[in-house]
Amino acid sequence: MNMLVCVKQVPDTTEIRIDPVKNTLIRDGVPSIVNPFDAYALEAAARIKDKDPSSQIVLLSMGPEQAKNALKECLAVGGDKAYLVTDRAFGGSDTLATSYILSSAIKKLEETEGKFDIIFCGKQAIDGDTAQVGPEIAEHLGYPQVTYALEVFAEDGKIKVKKEVEEGFEIIGVKTPCVITVTKPSFDPRYPTVKSKLAANRKEIGAITAYDIAGIDRERIGLKGSPTKVKKTFTPPVKTGGVKICEDCGTATAKKLIETLVADGII
Amino acid sequence: MDAKTKDLWVFIETNDDGTAKSVGLELLGAGRGLVDKQGGKLVGVVIGNNTDSAVKSAVAYGADTVIVVDGKEYEHYTTDAYANALYALVEKYGPTSILIGATNNGRDLGPRVSCRLKTGLTADCTSLAIDEETGNVAWTRPAFGGNLMATILCPDTRPQIGTVRPGVFKKTEPDESRTAEIIRENIHVDPSEIRTELIEVIKEVADELVDLEGAEIIVSGGRGVGGPEGFKPRRELAEVLGATVGAARAAVDAGWIPHAHQVGQTGKTVGPKIYIACGISGAIQHIAGMSSSKTIIAINKDETAPIFNVADYCVVGDLFEILPVLTAEIKKLKS
Ligand SMILES: Cc1cc2nc3c(=O)[nH]c(=O)nc-3n(C[C@H](O)[C@H](O)[C@H](O)COP(=O)(O)OP(=O)(O)OC[C@H]3O[C@@H](n4cnc5c(N)ncnc54)[C@H](O)[C@@H]3O)c2cc1C
Ligand SMILES: Nc1ncnc2c1ncn2[C@@H]1O[C@H](COP(=O)(O)O)[C@@H](O)[C@H]1O
Repeated sequence: MNMLVCVKQVPDTTEIRIDPVKNTLIRDGVPSIVNPFDAYALEAAARIKDKDPSSQIVLLSMGPEQAKNALKECLAVGGDKAYLVTDRAFGGSDTLATSYILSSAIKKLEETEGKFDIIFCGKQAIDGDTAQVGPEIAEHLGYPQVTYALEVFAEDGKIKVKKEVEEGFEIIGVKTPCVITVTKPSFDPRYPTVKSKLAANRKEIGAITAYDIAGIDRERIGLKGSPTKVKKTFTPPVKTGGVKICEDCGTATAKKLIETLVADGII
Repeated sequence: MDAKTKDLWVFIETNDDGTAKSVGLELLGAGRGLVDKQGGKLVGVVIGNNTDSAVKSAVAYGADTVIVVDGKEYEHYTTDAYANALYALVEKYGPTSILIGATNNGRDLGPRVSCRLKTGLTADCTSLAIDEETGNVAWTRPAFGGNLMATILCPDTRPQIGTVRPGVFKKTEPDESRTAEIIRENIHVDPSEIRTELIEVIKEVADELVDLEGAEIIVSGGRGVGGPEGFKPRRELAEVLGATVGAARAAVDAGWIPHAHQVGQTGKTVGPKIYIACGISGAIQHIAGMSSSKTIIAINKDETAPIFNVADYCVVGDLFEILPVLTAEIKKLKS
């Protein structure tokens, strides 16, 4: 299998705090990480490669130079090659423009890496939380898609996906080439070893700019190519003064809670 | 493309049996508020198999017009068949905006169609308004795991599309006597054009229906409940309250309760009147799924648990002592 995994570097949103005075996000000192869902996507690809070692896993990220760190981390846990799509002209892209750029870069990569059978994305990036880029890449390329994948199996060239749905799971068969977006499985992705980290550090990361992608439509990238505009951002109203209920024993606490709820007209 | 009308569409997602999912009906109420301001008609778009009941619901919940695409190939959702049908309808009628429920299928379909239309999509909105200055829909949504809210406009392309979280808007009272214009469209896809195949359905919960999105009250448990038996007092409390049982990921990963119960970033997004979190620490991924609940009651023995930052009632104590008493007291109140 020839596989490509889209990897985004994101701020660790669990480390983000709100500045209580200015009411803005404090991003300073927030570490950048590999989007967790992309790590699960890479794990899904790596498991296919475990069974079929002739497989190739190519990593692709769009972002600033710094995103190379995320790619290096992924090279250490199963990626064979990595490419960074980076250009000032890409700044300000919304999901439609981002997916257009990534899909154009994928077509360009296929000239040298061969056609990809599966393009993996995370279900969503934890900064934007949109879950749109994967399906949009599929649309740009005209490929079928399976979203919310937990596990992916490639047997005799056929792809089967265990997909999470509201009522449980589905097993979906999908034709290649395809796009699969991966959600959190119940297992952890593999860890790098000292050796694999060293090897990853030595690997070259290819850079792709807008000039490298022949025929990219400059009207469709960056702010100009983004139909959605952010009008404003604000921090959600923080709930302050939740009523604390804590009596000497559980029974008293429970009774106090009921009293309070009844008094407040909640029940 | 340009809009041909000022109409606002609500995608009415159907179940395999052809009935309407709750979220589409909720969005008819939300859509009415927008249409009242921007003009145009409120149109329900039903795609499914044996859709009579969904069409009836769409009318009862307020659609002026219902556009129906009915066929065997729409019985079970597939990206290819649904995207094809919705795209064809938009091309033909040119609505100015579309609301889609942010269910798994809605979030699969939305980006596929918006991309084909080369227009903007705002995902997972929690509030909708008409922007006073420009008349565009102002889509407000959480980002950064709920730490930040953003209001997004799609000023230049049409239709403007958004997926909207289930449970954020409440259904209005249905009016069975309403009538509406019903338009039936014959759109079919060749089976060979559907490139995915449903091989197997694994239903996790045969014994109960977990409708977290539609629930008025949810009693959720996390790692703090200690094991699968730990859900028993929770179920008892849920029973006396007529509530649905939810869970934090840690309890699901431990295998104590099926995933269908999970609330959060990788589970369901809920907005009940009352959310009772028992033994849940309040990780950002959990809070992302329940912070829009009206009243949040958290029971945790750790006074510093982050769940208390979003709770209205911060109950500090051991849930094994508190829950049984709570259940008994509520029973008493009820009788
Ligand atoms: C990509 C990603 C996606 C995720 N998606 C989700 C998601 O959708 N939903 C979700 O919930 N999580 C999700 N998580 C996991 C999340 O980060 C947390 O790990 C999880 O929510 C923790 O569950 P918990 O609160 O039950 O467990 P813990 O964090 O272990 O908390 C248990 C709590 O119970 C309390 N407690 C223990 N015993 C008692 C007692 N006897 N009485 C009272 N209190 C007690 C403890 O004080 C503690 O606060 C996701 C994580 C990742 C990385
Ligand atoms: N800048 C990017 N570079 C590489 N992959 C991306 C980028 N943005 C999004 N993706 C991929 O698309 C998925 C969904 O992202 P989003 O639609 O932003 O939630 C991510 O999990 C990534 O796999």
